[in-house]
Amino acid sequence: MTIELKLNGKTHTVDAEPGTPLLWVIRDDLKLTGTKFGCGVAACGACTVHVDGAPVRSCQTYIEDLEGSEVTTIEGVNSDAAKAVQTAWAELDVVQCGYCQSGQIMSAVGLLTENAKPTVADIDEYMNGNACRCAAYQRIRAAILRASDLMEA
Amino acid sequence: MTVTTTRRGFLASAAATTGLLAIGISPKGAFAKAGTGALNPFVTIASDGTVTAIVKHFEKGQGTATGLSTLIAEELNMSLDAIKFEFAPSDPAVYNNFLFGPYQGTGGSTAMANSYAQYRGAGAAAREMLLQAAANRWGVSASDLSMQDGMISGAGQEAGIGEFVAEAAALNVPAEPRLKDPSEFRIIGNADVHRKDQDAKINGTAQYAMDLHLEGQMVVVIKRSPRMGGVVASFDDSAAKEINGFIQALALPNGAGVAVYADKTWAAFQARDAVEVTWDFAAAETRSSDDIRRELLAALDDNAEFDASSETDLSDTLSAIEGAAQVVEETFYFPLLAHAPMEPLGATIEPLADGGVIIHDGAQFPTSNHNALSQILELPMEKVQVNTMLAGGSFGRRATPTADYQVEVALAFAMTDRTRPVKLVWSREDDITGGYYRPAFAHKVRVGLDDAGKIVGWDHRIAGQSIFKGTFFESVIVHEGIDHSSVEGAADTPYAIPGMHFGLTDNKPATTLLWWRSVGHTHTAYVMESMMDIAAKAVGRDAVAFRLDYLADGTPDQERKAAVLRLAAEKAGWGQAAPGRSQGVAVHKSFGSYVAEVAEISRDADGYVKIEKITAAVDCGLPVNPDVIKAQIEGGIGYGIGAVMRNEITLSEGATDQINFPDYEPLRIHDIAEIETHIVPSTVDPTGIGEPGTPPAGPALANAIAVDGPRVTSLPMTNEGIDFV
Repeated sequence: MTIELKLNGKTHTVDAEPGTPLLWVIRDDLKLTGTKFGCGVAACGACTVHVDGAPVRSCQTYIEDLEGSEVTTIEGVNSDAAKAVQTAWAELDVVQCGYCQSGQIMSAVGLLTENAKPTVADIDEYMNGNACRCAAYQRIRAAILRASDLMEA
Repeated sequence: MTVTTTRRGFLASAAATTGLLAIGISPKGAFAKAGTGALNPFVTIASDGTVTAIVKHFEKGQGTATGLSTLIAEELNMSLDAIKFEFAPSDPAVYNNFLFGPYQGTGGSTAMANSYAQYRGAGAAAREMLLQAAANRWGVSASDLSMQDGMISGAGQEAGIGEFVAEAAALNVPAEPRLKDPSEFRIIGNADVHRKDQDAKINGTAQYAMDLHLEGQMVVVIKRSPRMGGVVASFDDSAAKEINGFIQALALPNGAGVAVYADKTWAAFQARDAVEVTWDFAAAETRSSDDIRRELLAALDDNAEFDASSETDLSDTLSAIEGAAQVVEETFYFPLLAHAPMEPLGATIEPLADGGVIIHDGAQFPTSNHNALSQILELPMEKVQVNTMLAGGSFGRRATPTADYQVEVALAFAMTDRTRPVKLVWSREDDITGGYYRPAFAHKVRVGLDDAGKIVGWDHRIAGQSIFKGTFFESVIVHEGIDHSSVEGAADTPYAIPGMHFGLTDNKPATTLLWWRSVGHTHTAYVMESMMDIAAKAVGRDAVAFRLDYLADGTPDQERKAAVLRLAAEKAGWGQAAPGRSQGVAVHKSFGSYVAEVAEISRDADGYVKIEKITAAVDCGLPVNPDVIKAQIEGGIGYGIGAVMRNEITLSEGATDQINFPDYEPLRIHDIAEIETHIVPSTVDPTGIGEPGTPPAGPALANAIAVDGPRVTSLPMTNEGIDFV
């Protein structure tokens, strides 16, 4: 099937079978590789993107369900929350291997967009689906708190 | 092009056309190997002043790119931000890990220990040559000049370093380049410098092997035997032919699986699901993990196959325990574990116009890749290039002596007409079920204590599955039948404990095995530090004070171990836990570094354990990048804790039961509330940091749980009735 996919502010005409996960359209068709494949079963969060501004797991989001929706990936995210998150990530040297970090950042932006002053408990609950095998978690937590402060400033 | 060398082996070259000063090292045979005239260097300086560190160890998140760049930047008096880095090509003659032998590879937490002198020396040689070239041109003495932030100045002159590249390259390389005195360090030891690889990892542009899209590439996925030793008898791909984008399915020539080729990844996964394989399991493994557990535990009661203590007779140990006032005894079991790095495995082979190939890979062992491709593709070594890309974690998994997944992609490529790039992709299911696990181990320890509460005998039996036997590292690691990695961290403990004896019995592996972050220390530290706690408790002693009694001989080894223990205890407020909280401690030496950790836990009304805080102290020699060291301790703790809490791989008739993260649940953000790391200042040459944070984490947690709860001696803890919030 052919669908018109709105992604990062542009409309792409994509030819894909129904049931194709958004993840693979983003990675293999549009060749935007910031969105990562980690598990394929929505258990790690590495593939997190925004659909209409809210984080979803792109490995479990199907291409036929996106007609009329706006998809944002790590390459296109640029809200105030995103800028604050990416600044805080750099300040605190959050990344190690980095493979999960696009997904972590997309989730963190989702959290701060919904809740600009999250508590540690809010962060732990919201970010629970984003696995980091390097276990950079305490820096992720600290960077979200820092980003929240940056947004307020 | 001119090339000069020195008796110390530093080598400089400059290509007149490109205007490059390149400083490397000249091992025996380097000239002969550099047939193109090119020298593989550690640092290059271009005529526009661009400085590039050529990083010989891959970056899996452990901070090597930052660390090796730091050494170059320091000796060149430049800011870390001002220099670039590239990963080295495959060239074991130049980029060998000299702790591994004539072999290029990363592992055993050796990257900094192995590179510290080389990269500083290369940077210092470049600095001296550039200064001399400027001095010659200006007719002044080099001692009147200084180099800072890419500029050379003095004697009323100033110019950028790039201007002197060609002249510097014509000079002799200093025989003994003067390394900066540690008092002059501005970047080494600076906690405020930032990682060099982070921007690309924050904005999504970082490229891992999984991200490569080459023109015309095919994606290949492999349907593998679910049991070790199973081979393809036949297969039916008729249903796969209905999948749009499917290209072909071919049995691998070694019978290990069916390679399924498609235009894109999703089509390849779907086509693989549609391929029906009939397996020949005649030679396949049939044991379950329960069988292995029974065999390992039974082996502890027999006489050990190998005596791992050269200085103590078992009979002396046994009679000391016989005569002891009190004996404590425990049996421990450690399951198989998967590494599960975030980036599933994979690599791409790209054909070149001259008939050669490039393998694009997060290459942990470039030499294994290089050899495997040369052999399988029947290409001379110089026709095979290894392009090392960022790796999305490894924890040991990307380094296999068999080059397992690189062999797969080479076999898959070899079966094509070799005109299109072939990209191998593993799924998470492939990763979790795919073997190369941390081996299963069992330990049984009996400790005799006298009336004064002192240890008089320690009978320690280990049964497990050797990682190194049958690999090309066997001659280095295995001596008189004993795989050192099976007893490391126990038989070589810095504790001065009288009457210590270690026995080892090997068990036949039921699956493929591999080193897993901190290798043998993953189980030996847990046992050593649990037993020290049990013994201390039995004689009513404080766990820290008891350990310090056995670290009192005044050797540097013991003093360093004692110092981290004291520091962690002090910073954690040892003995002063708030009501409702319990503390446990563990201290361990691994990879030349010393780490102590205090775990503090609480329990909620339902008895669920919450890990409130881990306080760590580390001595890894001179701290090159303090913030990277902290990150590695934080990550090492998390990696160890996650596995100890709830991870195990089990086998049913030789096949792995777990398939993906839902049943091999990784550590999550809420699992550890806080980690605090303290670094012991040191001027000793740097030692490992990627792994040493992991070993003490599990036993520190176990010891905290045991204060008011059960003593967990079989892992994971969740199997033993421990629930976590």
